[in-house]
Order: sequence, then structure tokens, then C-alpha cells
Amino acid sequence: MTETITLGKAVNHGLRRALENDPKVVIMGEDVGKLGGVFRITDGLQKDFGEDRVIDTPLAEAGIVGTAVGLAIRGYRPVCEIQFDGFVFPAYNQIVAQVAKMHYRSNGAVRLPLVIRIPYGGGIGAVEHHSESPEAYFAHTPGLKVVTCADPVDAYSMIQQSITSDDPIIFLEPKRRYWEKGTVDLDAPLADAFPLHAARVTRPGTDATILAYGPMVRVALDAATAAAEDGRDLEVIDLRTLSPVDYPVIVESVRRTGRAVVVHEAPGNLGMGAELAARITEQCFYHLEAPVLRVTGYDVPYPAARLEEEYLPDLDRVLDAVDRAFGW
Amino acid sequence: MAKGEGTTGTDIPAGGFVQLLTPDGDRIDSVTTADGTTYTVDFTDEEYRDLYRDLVTVRRLDAEATSLQRQGELGIWASLLGQEAAQVGSGRAMRPQDMGFPTYREHGVLYTRGIDPIMPFGLFRGVDQGGWDPNEFKFNSYTIVIGSQTLHATGYAMGITMDGRTGSADGEAVIAYFGDGATSQGEVNEAFVWSGVFNAPIVFFCQNNQYAISEPLERQTRVPLYLRAGGYGFPGVRVDGNDVLASYAVTRTALDNARNGQGPTLIEAYTYRMGAHTSSDDPTRYRIASEVESWKAKDPISRLRAFLTRQQVAGEDFFTETDEAATALALGLRERVLAMPDPEPVRLFDNAYPNGSPEVDEQRREFLAYQASFEGSGH
Repeated sequence: MTETITLGKAVNHGLRRALENDPKVVIMGEDVGKLGGVFRITDGLQKDFGEDRVIDTPLAEAGIVGTAVGLAIRGYRPVCEIQFDGFVFPAYNQIVAQVAKMHYRSNGAVRLPLVIRIPYGGGIGAVEHHSESPEAYFAHTPGLKVVTCADPVDAYSMIQQSITSDDPIIFLEPKRRYWEKGTVDLDAPLADAFPLHAARVTRPGTDATILAYGPMVRVALDAATAAAEDGRDLEVIDLRTLSPVDYPVIVESVRRTGRAVVVHEAPGNLGMGAELAARITEQCFYHLEAPVLRVTGYDVPYPAARLEEEYLPDLDRVLDAVDRAFGW
Repeated sequence: MAKGEGTTGTDIPAGGFVQLLTPDGDRIDSVTTADGTTYTVDFTDEEYRDLYRDLVTVRRLDAEATSLQRQGELGIWASLLGQEAAQVGSGRAMRPQDMGFPTYREHGVLYTRGIDPIMPFGLFRGVDQGGWDPNEFKFNSYTIVIGSQTLHATGYAMGITMDGRTGSADGEAVIAYFGDGATSQGEVNEAFVWSGVFNAPIVFFCQNNQYAISEPLERQTRVPLYLRAGGYGFPGVRVDGNDVLASYAVTRTALDNARNGQGPTLIEAYTYRMGAHTSSDDPTRYRIASEVESWKAKDPISRLRAFLTRQQVAGEDFFTETDEAATALALGLRERVLAMPDPEPVRLFDNAYPNGSPEVDEQRREFLAYQASFEGSGH
């Protein structure tokens, strides 16, 4: 059954399918039950799967993740919802000190097949703590895998792939793209889906490579469309997996185009872009026509809503970086 | 809901505690707390002797570990000295199907679970991170970050409920160990909240050994710890943690209540850390000798020995035999610790992820190539 649905609905369908396919899958979080989550991503799931499988938890993020660890040891596959990016930090200890390390600590005996879903990023006019991009903290942490979807098709398959994976996965959902629509084949076998830990060339091009993920993929694609009018053919890569990063796809592209611009909302300092720039430089040095450039959030706390348009990378800032890459 | 009231008197904390064996080795038949719960034990002579063997053995193994650390064979050691009764009593109270979540000091509980005492030495010797399969031994890996394991225990207990494994005498229950310092952690309080809300089959076993490294109990709380349970909606009980019989009785009751579907209990085992926090600590900087001396008089082993002697359940031959057996076990443990091989360097890349990672694989290849570059160079 092919449907045109929003990204948020695609996650919802993916969760539903995971709940149907494996009785050990449980969803837990604040307001995920009757309300269906503040973004309605779990809408209708408690009604259909019961309060034991879609669990409204006390309001305590460390508790959500910490009890998910225990459930995972018991054989469950918990899917935790953190309500907003800026609320994940009470759970940071559990994620970084326990979830990430338990497989290693136990010499491989313990597997924690849990998924921590976090709506992230700005652009929705929210108050403080509701617009952050914490991916670098988690991508920096060995033992965690970090993925992010950018469109409904990926949202549907990636959430299911994450739940079936035995790795602990931080699943970042671009909250301002929740309402963007795409056509999704809800019956497509998961085995046929694009691999979870793989980058995808979303738009082939020849002149420069734009690396983006999550909410910035749309911005990068729009920039590529605009650049085409100026005669520049930009390749856009949707990273999809932030830990591990799928470097072979990136390296192949940049060696071909000779230019790379990384785009993300998170602050630039020590962000994903910094690592990507370093790795591209190491592996593409003789192919580069210009340094790897970054278009990112500024190195300030996420600003008030009426300033976020200035803070967030947009089409013009991406094109400006592309211009600089060509002017080197 | 508090039910800490039991024996009172000098040297007993205000509010009392459940005690079935006095420091002098006098047996108290039973204790009924304010909520009407009666605690007692009904052991055969052999079971009494088994408890004594356990206490002596875990103390002897602990002493051997302390020696190994002093001799440079362990990086660090967290001694259980003084807490043997709390650990053996609670550990023996667990039924085979029960699951334990320890801190890093529960060597005595581990021993009572029938687990090879060598297991945690990987951690303390530094040859690995001390991991084993929690489900194989029904005993989780040691957890070092204070209090984090209480949430894991709570989640596991929720899973027991979800599996329909409560509500009968053969149901499952969980025991979570932690110390007085841990009660200040947010995560421990979250574990209390969750366990209460979900009526989880869990026993929170707090060994109040009076110190969190150097900080005395007064830095963690202004109410007796067991009274906190009332705020979370489940019973709390204080037990003489140096009394193996009472520790057993209270834990057995709490675990059975949990497995029968009656939800959590907080047990405060009132005890004393006779040694240092770990081998890196110097307790003379923060506590006085007379305090330590006063607790020596409440020693868990000497009181059981006095009782067994008086009851003619055991005599000198048994005590000598027990000491010799414990020493033999300790020396065997020493040999095995010394024989622990250093891990192959490349093993540092193992088990970062269940499904592996191309990044880690690449780094492993680079590491091996780098190591190989020294071959024949004398490095």
C-alpha cells in the first residue's frame, strides 16, 4: 500500500509495524500513550497495543533510558522517546555511561537493542531547549550509533531498521520536517530498504558536494536547485548515519567534485562538520580545489525564536559557501 | 508504612532495627514491627553452619584481594570488610530465579549466588571491564557510577511484570544494591518513583555503611534512610546489617512480597565499612579510631560464632576447618588471579558494538599494521 504521508506519520507507521512484528518491542516516554506524544508520533499506538507496550512514563528522562536498559537486559527492545532535544541531558549519564558501554563492559555478553528517539533541530519558533542539535555528543561516544532521517521514506524504514538492530541507536528526527510529505510504500519489505548505516547521494552533481543530514537535507537540495540556475551542478549527500559515518560514499563524491561544503544546524565548533572536514582532507587531499567549508549554527546557545532564522543555515548561506569554494 | 521499629537500646540507631542476633550472640526469636510483620528464621544446624562458612569465606577472600592490591596485583580493591552479614544474608535470601544488580562491592552476594569469586577480578586487575553475562548468572555486572544500576534493576523488574512472572510463590523478583551515598542520586530517587508507580517486583537493598568515601551519613540525609520509602509509597524497613539472620529474614520477606505482586520494599541494612572505601582511600583522615572500635564489637562473624558455640551447633573443630577451607580457597584464588593473562592488545577493539562498526574495524587494521611495524625491531 503506497501512501502519501508526512514524515511524522511515517515514523508512526514504522513504530506500528515494529510493534506488530515483535512482541518484545515496547515504546516508552512522556505522553506517548493517550496523547500520542507531543508531536503525535505515537498516535493511536497505545490504543491498539495496550498500556504495557506503549508506556506513559514518569517525567524523568534518566528513568526512561535507565529502565529501558533493564528491560533490554530482560530481553525487550525498548524504543524510548525523549520529548525534545534539550530534555535529553538528564538521561545523558545513562546514555553515555551505561547504554554506550555495557556491551563492551560485558565482553560482548550484553546487547542493548534499544532506540532513543529524539526530535531535534530548530525552525519551529519554540522556546529554549526545544530547538537544539545534540548529535555531536552522541556521535562522539563510542558504543552508540546515531542516525537521522530526512524524508518520510527513510523515516519509515530507518526507524524499523533501528529497532531490529542490536546496536543501541540514537534516532534523531528532524522535527521541523515532521509535516513534510512523501510517498511511502508501507508494504515494502524491510530487507529491501536502503541500508541503515549508509549515506545516500540524494542529488547527483559534478561541481561540488554538499553534505547534509536531517533537517538540512531539504535546505541543501533547495540550494542545489538554485545553484543549477547559475550553472553549477551540486551533488547533495544525505549522510543518514552520523555514527558511523559512511565515508566511502563521501570520499568517492568529493574526489570527483573537488569541493565539499558541510551543512548542519548544530554549532560548528567540534561539530560533525569539523570531523568531516578532517576526514575529507585526509582522504581527498590531492583532489580538493578548496578547503572543506562548513555552514553551521553559530557558537552560541540556540537563540530566541525571533532570531532563529539568522542562526539557522539557509539556502543563501549554503550558496555563499559554495561561492567561496569556487572562488578559492 | 515504615517498619524499622524493632529492637531498641544502646548502640542501636534511633528508631531501632530488626535484629535476630545480638552482638553478643544472643538469639532473638522473632521481631514484629509496627506494621505487624514478623521476622524470624528457622534454620537447621547445617544451615547455620553454612551461613557461618559463607561469612568467613567472603571475609577471607576479601582479605586476600586486599593483599593482592597491596602487592600491586590489583589496580584497586573495594573491600566488603564489615558488611559480610548484610551481603550473605541478603544474597542467601534470593531464590534461584531472582536477579541481582550489584554496585562494585557485592563480592559477598556474588559468592552466595554460586558465582566463581574470580569473576570480578578481571575488573580490579584491569584485564577487562569486569563483564559477564547477567542472565547466565542472574547477577548483573558491577556498576561503578553510583546508583545507575537501580534504574536497570527497576526496568528489569518491570519486565518481570510484563512477562507475567509475578503473583505467585515461584514468581521472580529483583534486588538492587546500593549504598547510603547513592540515596542522594537523582537516578536512585527515579528508581524509587518508577518502582512505586509500576509496582515493580524489586527490593532496594541499601547497605548504609555510614560513609560515602569520606562523607558521613549526615551529608546524605536528615531522616533515617528507610523512612524515605514512605514518600514513594512502599514500605521501608531497617535491619541490623551486621546480623546475618535478620538480614536474611528481612530480605526473604521483601523478595517474597515482591514476587507475589506486592511491589517494592526499601531495606536499609545498618552496617559499617570497617575498611577504606577502596584501597586508594585513607579513612584515618575523616573518622576516629574509637568509632571503628565500637563497630568491631558488633562484628557479624564473632556474634554468629558465639551463638553457634553456645548452642553447640559448632565447635572448635568446625571453626578451624572453616578457616582452613577459606584460606585454601583464598590461596587458590590468588594463584588464579596471578595467572590471569594480560589481554591481547588488539582485543581493545572487541565488543564496541554488537554489529561492529566499519570505523572500529579500520582502526583495528591500522593498529595491527602499526604493531606489526615493530616486529623484529626489538620493541
